Amino acid sequence: MGMGSDMYRQQILDHYKNPRNYGELEEPTFSHVGENPMCGDEIRIDVRLDDDERIEQLSFTGDGCAISQASASLLSTELQGATIDELLEMDRDDAVDLLGVEVSPMRIKCAVLAEKVAQDGAEIHRGELDKERTTTEDDEE
Amino acid sequence: MSRQTAETVDVEAIREEYPILEREFDGEDLVYLDNAATTQTPEPVVSAMSDYYREQNANVHRGIHHLSQEASVAYEDAHDRLAEFVGASGGREEMVFTKNTTESENLVAYAWGMRELGPGDEVVLTEMEHHASLVTWQQIAKRTGADCRYIRVDDDGRLDMDHAEELIGEDTEMVSAVHVSNTLGTINPVSELADLAHANDSYIFVDGAQAVPNQPVDVEAIDADFYAFSGHKMAGPTGIGCLYGKSHLLEEMEPYLYGGGMIRKVTFEDSTWDEVPWKFEPGTPPIAEAVGIHAAADYLDGIGLERIREHENELVTYAYDRLTEHDDVEIYGPEPGPDRGGLVSFNIDGVHAHDLASIMNDHAVAIRAGDHCTQPLHDELGVAASARASFYLYNTREEVDALLEGIDDARELFA
Ligand SMILES: Cc1ncc(COP(=O)(O)O)c(C=O)c1O
Repeated sequence: MGMGSDMYRQQILDHYKNPRNYGELEEPTFSHVGENPMCGDEIRIDVRLDDDERIEQLSFTGDGCAISQASASLLSTELQGATIDELLEMDRDDAVDLLGVEVSPMRIKCAVLAEKVAQDGAEIHRGELDKERTTTEDDEE
Repeated sequence: MSRQTAETVDVEAIREEYPILEREFDGEDLVYLDNAATTQTPEPVVSAMSDYYREQNANVHRGIHHLSQEASVAYEDAHDRLAEFVGASGGREEMVFTKNTTESENLVAYAWGMRELGPGDEVVLTEMEHHASLVTWQQIAKRTGADCRYIRVDDDGRLDMDHAEELIGEDTEMVSAVHVSNTLGTINPVSELADLAHANDSYIFVDGAQAVPNQPVDVEAIDADFYAFSGHKMAGPTGIGCLYGKSHLLEEMEPYLYGGGMIRKVTFEDSTWDEVPWKFEPGTPPIAEAVGIHAAADYLDGIGLERIREHENELVTYAYDRLTEHDDVEIYGPEPGPDRGGLVSFNIDGVHAHDLASIMNDHAVAIRAGDHCTQPLHDELGVAASARASFYLYNTREEVDALLEGIDDARELFA
């Protein structure tokens, strides 16, 4: 490759091309969908919790740019075994840190989409939030 | 990079008027291919505006003093010049200054549409409308009880004129059509649409935001009732746009914004309006910008819009031919030729348009990615986003090569 592309390091491309935990779960404890209208990215996240309310499995399906899809894949591996509280404590920087690259300002929404969808899904599951879909446009962080 | 590449215009000399084109990012020369969003501003326009601020700055319409008189004359003359620029023989009485194309759309939609439209009436648009016209008419239709209908775009990215004939009928009150599509690049047969509109006792509004900068436009030859465009897409400044309207229509229309500078007589009970175009330009207008857009019109005429069109046509043909060498490329819109303007929207299989634009940006190549304010059209195309390269008079063949190299890089990364 002629000129290096900082935002597209190997890890991101790897997770984009070979997404981990891709697919829908048979019996999820909760599922949620969301989109990033800017790129037209869409993510659906399925979560199954174990008896201790820990994330037994988190899987996703979706369509969109490499940043959004790699973020979802990375998040799915990161959150294996985590508690809902740990998920809800994550912020924007955590999503970017997972990617391991500097994300240009215009692309931050792509990076946080999966995290937002997972968090909103968890809050809806707990009865603390009521919404059909998540969109990064409501993101006021 | 700035070698002359076309017989049509002397690109090297032209580029010297644009210092911004010398910018580098991380050691790479800027390649600016986002001209459909905004064009760069040449020295004659920048200096006309700074001369205005240095020598003539004052408010218009009001002052007895020298500066105000000079500023007023400059502001008013700019209307005549822009009218002439698009072939309007009525001068300032047919040329209203607004903030941009979008505001020109809103002006007509409110001032004309809110009064004239009602239940059962139809506004006929095209599926390739920019949101500037689509959203505006859609919302005005909702408020007035009118309906919007959309002329289909065929598989080649052209308007289905049979469908246009079907749609434009007795109930049609207004046809609003984009002259050159900012997504497909299609140059639409707007004068045929005007004939259809007029044959059915309706009017036509033409969105010329992507036409006026790039080709000669004659609103009277088109027989447009209204015609809109923006300064910042035609080598002029931001903050100013134009609305051409047939003078009897502008005459009959009520103002849509109120305030000072647009009135003749005011009492506590009522007010009367100044003449066209001033009755549509309340408050302190964009005076330096009017001077700037005047200079832009002079500048473009000095080079020649036929030649600019030919230059862009060469670049878009070259880009199209090179892009279609690969079968992982999907290009939207008609083949280069008499009905395609100087831009190309496309997708590379397996590479999201936003990823492509980011990778391009790493090479200092500026392109657009997204829905280009034509979401419903993208829905029809079955994609969420596309990448778009759009050319102007200062672009070169080498810059198209830089675009293609960037695409090759993206291919390699995503392979
Ligand atoms: C075809 C078309 N119409 C309208 C507009 C809106 O122009 P402006 O943003 O200057 O109002 C644009 C520019 O994006 C355009 O390409």
